[in-house]
Amino acid sequence: MADYKWPDAQHRTLIGTRQSRLDGPVKVSGRAKYTYDQNPKGLLAGAILRCPHAHAKVVSVDTSAAEKIPGVKAVQVLQGPGKEVHWAGDEIVALAAINEGIAEDALRAIKVQYEVLPHFVDDATEPKSAAEETGPLALDDLINMFSNQVPEPQISSTVQKRGISFPVTDDLVKRMRSFNVGENVIKALQSAPQKSPESTRSPFKKSAVNVTGDPDQAFKTAEATSEGLYGVPVITHCCLEAHGVIAHWPDAEHLETQVSTQNVCGMPDQIAQALTGIGIPISASNIRNRQQHVGGGFGSKFAADRWSLAAAQLSKKAGGAPVKIMLDRRAELEVAGARPSAYAHVKLAAKKDGAITAWDSQSWGTGGPLGGNMPPIPYIFTEIPHQRKQHISIATNIGPARAWRAPNHPQAAVLTMCAIDDLAARLGMDPFDVFLKNLPLTPRANVYEAELRKADELMQWKKRWHPRGDESSGPMKRGLGLSIHTWGGRGHQGAGDLTIHPDGTVEYRSGTQDLGTGTRTAIAMVIGETLGLPLNAITVKIGDTNFPHDGGSGGSTTIGAVSAESRRAATDALNELLAKVAPTLGVAPDQLEALYGTIRVKDTQGKSITWKKACSMLGATGVTAHGQNPDPSKPPDLTNSGVGGAQMADVSVDVETGIVRVNKMVAVQDCGLIINLKTAESQCYGALIMGISYALFEEKIMDPTTGRMLNPNMQFYRLAGYGDIPELVVHMMTGPGYDERGVIGLGEPPVVSPGAAISNAVANAIGVRVPFLPITPDRVLAALEKKGGAA
Amino acid sequence: MKSVEIVVNGVERRAQVEPRMLLVHFLRDVAGLTGTHIGCETSLCGACTALLDGRAVKSCTVLAVQADGHSVTTIEALASEGQLHPLQESFWEEHALQCGFCTPGMIMCASDLLGSNASPSDREIREGLSGNLCRCTGYQNIVGAVKSASRKMKRRTAATAAKK
Repeated sequence: MADYKWPDAQHRTLIGTRQSRLDGPVKVSGRAKYTYDQNPKGLLAGAILRCPHAHAKVVSVDTSAAEKIPGVKAVQVLQGPGKEVHWAGDEIVALAAINEGIAEDALRAIKVQYEVLPHFVDDATEPKSAAEETGPLALDDLINMFSNQVPEPQISSTVQKRGISFPVTDDLVKRMRSFNVGENVIKALQSAPQKSPESTRSPFKKSAVNVTGDPDQAFKTAEATSEGLYGVPVITHCCLEAHGVIAHWPDAEHLETQVSTQNVCGMPDQIAQALTGIGIPISASNIRNRQQHVGGGFGSKFAADRWSLAAAQLSKKAGGAPVKIMLDRRAELEVAGARPSAYAHVKLAAKKDGAITAWDSQSWGTGGPLGGNMPPIPYIFTEIPHQRKQHISIATNIGPARAWRAPNHPQAAVLTMCAIDDLAARLGMDPFDVFLKNLPLTPRANVYEAELRKADELMQWKKRWHPRGDESSGPMKRGLGLSIHTWGGRGHQGAGDLTIHPDGTVEYRSGTQDLGTGTRTAIAMVIGETLGLPLNAITVKIGDTNFPHDGGSGGSTTIGAVSAESRRAATDALNELLAKVAPTLGVAPDQLEALYGTIRVKDTQGKSITWKKACSMLGATGVTAHGQNPDPSKPPDLTNSGVGGAQMADVSVDVETGIVRVNKMVAVQDCGLIINLKTAESQCYGALIMGISYALFEEKIMDPTTGRMLNPNMQFYRLAGYGDIPELVVHMMTGPGYDERGVIGLGEPPVVSPGAAISNAVANAIGVRVPFLPITPDRVLAALEKKGGAA
Repeated sequence: MKSVEIVVNGVERRAQVEPRMLLVHFLRDVAGLTGTHIGCETSLCGACTALLDGRAVKSCTVLAVQADGHSVTTIEALASEGQLHPLQESFWEEHALQCGFCTPGMIMCASDLLGSNASPSDREIREGLSGNLCRCTGYQNIVGAVKSASRKMKRRTAATAAKK
């Protein structure tokens, strides 16, 4: 009988090869239908009136004139009088009309009065005057301290000093004990003064200092120290297909949606809960969501969003007719995705040989109205023995934050890898050597060393590196920079059903989605591998909540999930088939294998039957098997977590104009067992390009006067184009030591390092750090001026 | 309303349109050809690229009334007799697409480029396609796909010539 574990290298026919994607033909011929392209009969065009103020209270809304315009079918106030709006572009009124033109005309006929309130959109200026919070701790503050591994004596004293604003219930105590929280902390909480929660008006929330070891002493006795300022601004996702939805009610109880989403199966629960909350009771099981293709998400398309609810509300009002709402580009950039910013003063202490002994950081940043958390710093080098960290979360009116590929890691990489690069410059050492020296402070030293050495080979780093500041004559200065990164990437929870039909066709159904990464193709490869069939023999159906529930595509969790699910389903189905055909071949089922379109006796020449003939023995209904992830009853665990990667950048900087050009980038990456080498490499290429884009161009620029985004279009929110992209070299670490770990996701990790690597290369070229991304010409010239002239 | 006659993919289409209607909306909503996508709406991303009288245009910055009496080719008409165009084949084989939303525009722009320059260099491809943006796969494989398509088209032209 076939077992579930991944086949070893010599027994693979498809896994690990380069396969062209199955949905290539429909995508290159314009036949792939995205949400934007669906035009069901009777479709109404939905449109949204958005708030022009960054902070305001709605005083009155008058939609009467809009409702009278011929062709307007439904109007829905989303935020009526009394509602407080916290960012420009937030939704106020939605309406549906027979075409886009009339919908736009109707929006202009709506009158809304606002009471404009003060706004705050500055996140880059260091909030020096912010006072450390002294008020009582909320439960969230406590959880933050636990998850940031604040030492227990420090938690106890903070709790005693500041008091708490939540009850210490028996349940909470039980939960803390289950997480091994010490009795001293529990006692401190039980005896802490109870206070009512603070309602603070300050946008700044300063966390308690987080100390490990004895940083004061370590800095005092350090052989070398360095310090610097680093930062990464808010950027947006800028999906080429904007966020959007089509919703309609086939009858009064059922809702059908097509949300442009990374989370097909997550929609019914979200939508049901929200609609029920606004007086349209519906159960999640009465909502069907579908999507065949999505034009980009990058972390911004997990939620149902208010426009999905609005489309459902409008459709209901319009007698169930389908309503489509697609965000326009301005809204896409203003409200549909902001990656939180992070800035920090970082100090490092080290020995003369480059060994880092202490870290000190004062960081701040924003993710919109809810503030912004401290990125995981020091990044990768988590075992630096002495550390002091303090973070100020800034609440701003810039629009809500959304997960952006590898949430918080690109920021953490800049704050950490640039600081280490500056330390190397201070010591007069090659950063390559300083990184190697400190790898024992990371969780995966061997992997990083192998990856850095491979990157060196591909970049010729050791041969080409020069000390900081290109001494050559002329205005063009060249430099090298590097960075390393990590991510988890274990497969999420989910399932799929595989059917082998009596006619030999194979069909797989799962509620997962293909963000463009090649999910369908990877599933077909796993099934083809398991059943001994070619790719084109497998039909993969995804993107429908009528199929088995699968998780959202975020955090690089899809490939680990769908590969494990389909492997288990295909193995079970195959074993049923083998049991059916074993008597015909006169052997026990465990003597059979499926290979090259046949079922054959292992190690025997000639004794086989064709796949088709074997399937004809299945009876009228064929066989259907269910595969899920995780599934401890069907070991081994087929997915894993934790990858590494090293990247190097080679840049040229024109010190007269400040223009930075990337000449070459090298990415070395591991991700366990690779299913499709072609799409895996493509993830890395795409990540490098997205990385060059955020390193050099991307920034959500806010106007302090109006509180609005100054560049909400693709002319001034610039993305990297053809001319900005250099030679890219991608190397995947595969084979022994990697393959046997199982399948691990790859969407996030390679996008983490480019910002840090490019910033370090620029510093190496011009002899001075450009503190903040994106490294625009004005920032390069300002850094050069501060340094006192050209490089 | 204005009356227009536009030949789309070889088929004459007559329609009454509002003067403000964009060509991209005519293609998508009147002709029902949704392969031409809308990305930025302001002629910066190139997702809406189609051919107007054989030359690439961004159909979000052409009015339908401007195309009156002219001929438009969209991605749907590039394949002939069920055979993918060499550009379409190469974009597939070279993995020059991920989410695929920019792909039709990229291919239409590349077809204009190869029409005027049968064997473009890397640099010429990058320049020729510089008005089209991709957010996920990036440009490396697209340049490779256009080169591969150029080689295929030359081979096919040579093969056709040899037959004659």
